[in-house]
Amino acid sequence: MVDPTAAGALSNTSLAERALRIRRHALRMGEVQGQGYVGQALGIADVLAVAYFHALRHRADDPAWDGRDRFLLSIGHYAIALYAALIEAGILPEEEIETYGADGSRLPMSGMASYTPGMEISGGSLGQGLPIAVGMGLALKRKGSDAFVCNLLSDGELNEGATWEAAMSAAHWRLDNLVALVDVNNQQADGASSGVLGFEPLAARWEAFGWHAQRVDGHDIPALVAAFDQARSLPAPKPRVLICDTVMGRGVPFLEAREKTHFIRVDPAEWSLALHAIDAGRTA
Amino acid sequence: MSQSATPPAKPRLTTSAMIASIASEGQRTRPAPFGHALVKLARERPEIVGLSADLAKYTDLHIFAQAFPDRFYQMGMAEQLLMGAAAGFAREGFLPFATTYAVFAARRAYDFIAMAIAEENLPVKIACGLPGLTSGYGPSHQATEDVAIFRGLPNMVIVDPCDAVDIEGAVPAIVDHPGPVYLRLLRGQVPVVLDEYNYTFALGRAALLRDGAEVLFISSGLMTMRALEAAKALEADRIGAAVLHSPTLKPLDEAAVLREASKPGRLVVVAENHSVVGGLGEAVAGLLMRSGVRAAFRQVGLPDEFLAAGALPTLHDRYGLSTAAVVAAVKGWLA
Repeated sequence: MVDPTAAGALSNTSLAERALRIRRHALRMGEVQGQGYVGQALGIADVLAVAYFHALRHRADDPAWDGRDRFLLSIGHYAIALYAALIEAGILPEEEIETYGADGSRLPMSGMASYTPGMEISGGSLGQGLPIAVGMGLALKRKGSDAFVCNLLSDGELNEGATWEAAMSAAHWRLDNLVALVDVNNQQADGASSGVLGFEPLAARWEAFGWHAQRVDGHDIPALVAAFDQARSLPAPKPRVLICDTVMGRGVPFLEAREKTHFIRVDPAEWSLALHAIDAGRTA
Repeated sequence: MSQSATPPAKPRLTTSAMIASIASEGQRTRPAPFGHALVKLARERPEIVGLSADLAKYTDLHIFAQAFPDRFYQMGMAEQLLMGAAAGFAREGFLPFATTYAVFAARRAYDFIAMAIAEENLPVKIACGLPGLTSGYGPSHQATEDVAIFRGLPNMVIVDPCDAVDIEGAVPAIVDHPGPVYLRLLRGQVPVVLDEYNYTFALGRAALLRDGAEVLFISSGLMTMRALEAAKALEADRIGAAVLHSPTLKPLDEAAVLREASKPGRLVVVAENHSVVGGLGEAVAGLLMRSGVRAAFRQVGLPDEFLAAGALPTLHDRYGLSTAAVVAAVKGWLA
């Protein structure tokens, strides 16, 4: 278990190393299948590193521990990223990387609760995570639990009306145990998210719905640590959102530079190059 | 349908009101059986919580909300949120009852019921008012295809109670079921019918309420009440009609249906408060075909169309659900 209140919480340097290892795990899974949403995984790795190694309470040997903070992945296609984080957190064994996306694997390409320890909900049909999070947040308060519910959404997912039904409800019920994370990589299935359905000004929108909003560079680990800390400790009786601006393919320069698409192309010879690029980032 | 050629003698019976009673004149009724049954059960089951999408008052959940205000969650007029939040409660060990109208659950919130609740086999109990044709308000509030929608959903149990007695039996039974349930709710002043029969609700079981040699009604919901009335009327014409009440639409009590439908010489009439597409009628027909049971087969149900607005008795006559219409149809088929 990581105790975020302990003085010995991981340093920013080791959080960077965790993020790097999460990127490696994700790339290795992508290599197994020759595909996967690695662009998103590389982009969200820093956020997941801070979530799993600084902010969230969990027990590697007991992923269903009742005192855990719940992490809901509504964007099921980001499963490769969460698997990587769960592997790094010791909730999933590293050997299972080899099974990614294969028949019978616990690591299907879209995240589903019944398949994978640590996967709280079945994502994939976007817009369902935050409504479920509202119910869990209310239920945890009813149980007298001080656990948090964290829901990772994408900017595209904000197109879904149910997200805003839940946003209204969370503020109405003063769910101060609810933290929404929005990955703003400005990319969704049909193109740039801002072109598909404009979403700015994003922080102002959440604030107008009654939320405490912070907008952070999703690759600035000290900033993410501070934002998570504030989200946890804020006394205001309102839900909290961390809007994280990220870059798809982060950490692999030739993927960062590639023309942005929802499903980023990686050629067979490029997987090892990508891993080398990640490792080069470690020594840089 | 809301206009009448002659001045109405009873205005109450000729209005396309949203809320209308299915009780006939002088029929015995009990108020809000769902709400009272839930309160009774919730005293013993602290994990029961109630959620509604701005329709607690019209789904009788307000009775529960008054008894247990801190266990009632108003989710606003947001049915997708309602179902997602109910799933969240169930994930944390609670037994949530989520109420709205059947149209909104089946049409608007279906994906949330499918993925957040049914795919996870969570014990969310979805209790919905205005099933089938129980409102004169028009297609926006007439859930004529709700059973067809939910029958296709794996893990979902569908219960279509006949009366107050059935509802009072169904509430504890569906709580004991470990998965999701869709309950077609009769609310307000609900007829009391089944106490005249040796009957108790059992989930997944159909019950033969009466026997007869010429006709076998297989029915659910309020159409069991109509089938019983029709059977009495047919009896006066020396036509014997059996009534097999099948309040659990899924899983169907296949053994009971096959046992009764296999008895030779009877016209099988499936009667349901639902479209003839995708409901009990087609479920029974498919079962009989698969099982090699050949019987004369007819359906009483709603046509495959958006229905008119109007007074409920008018509409039940027009679309063949009234007792008189059922009797006339059966006599025609037997002729």
